[in-house]
Amino acid sequence: MPLRYRGMRHPVAQLRDEMERLLTGFLGQPAAGLWSAEGRGQPAVNLWEQADALTAELEVPGVNSGHIDISVAGGELSIRIERPDLLQEGATYHRRERPVGSFTRTLRLPFEVDGNNVQAELNNGVLTITLPKAEEAKPRKIKVAAASQATQ
Amino acid sequence: MPLQSEINKKPADHPEGAERTRSGQFFRPNCDIVEREDEILVLADMPGARGEQIDVRFEDGMLTIHAPVPDRREPEAEYLLCEYGVGDYWRTFQVSEAVDASKISAEYANGVLTLHLPKAESVKPRRIAVATA
Repeated sequence: MPLRYRGMRHPVAQLRDEMERLLTGFLGQPAAGLWSAEGRGQPAVNLWEQADALTAELEVPGVNSGHIDISVAGGELSIRIERPDLLQEGATYHRRERPVGSFTRTLRLPFEVDGNNVQAELNNGVLTITLPKAEEAKPRKIKVAAASQATQ
Repeated sequence: MPLQSEINKKPADHPEGAERTRSGQFFRPNCDIVEREDEILVLADMPGARGEQIDVRFEDGMLTIHAPVPDRREPEAEYLLCEYGVGDYWRTFQVSEAVDASKISAEYANGVLTLHLPKAESVKPRRIAVATA
């Protein structure tokens, strides 16, 4: 079922993204969460572009703002989430599906952003990060000068 | 989607096999179920829900959690990554222990629903004092 949403992007582009994600994790920095025992996977991200900003959204239930670390540097957005382990001593777990530990996700930004004005909001377990485009990355309207008089 | 693992929610089947008239996706929230001495604690990850709209029912030993989630995706925006869907939550559990239904309480904070199902008096562990002669 979730494939339907991913289908919005061309399959080749998806494959490229996936490969890039794998390789940067593998060769660049240690991919905490994906390979290490530290975490159990990377949090899914929805990322969309508007005329003047880029918005990243993640579902991070069970954490408060103190458990989230966001940084923008070198054209990358890095999000680290710490899910506290509230293991109940002496209690019996019948089901344990909610992951605990730290989860990291790094995204390469498609354009320059205004790093000083990045805003993050946490609302009912949904983290929304708004990254305004840098001036030079904003769409520009180019005026077409009409040479009306010359053709007359 | 092999790289996503259990941190992310999973789509749910049609609730109880019934078909729905409304379109949209259902998701199965990740849950922890903990049994304590005097209660059963259920924690459900339900990001994006609204506390007052979460519907918790307990009937004939069946615990049902349902929460409508409005679509918050931007229709005008161009999506660069779309790795999860947004939709209602639905999950049903069969609770085998005797639960005092009148004392069930629920709270919702930071996208997590916490349910306290107190055990019925009759099944609570009791310490029996042994009289010594």
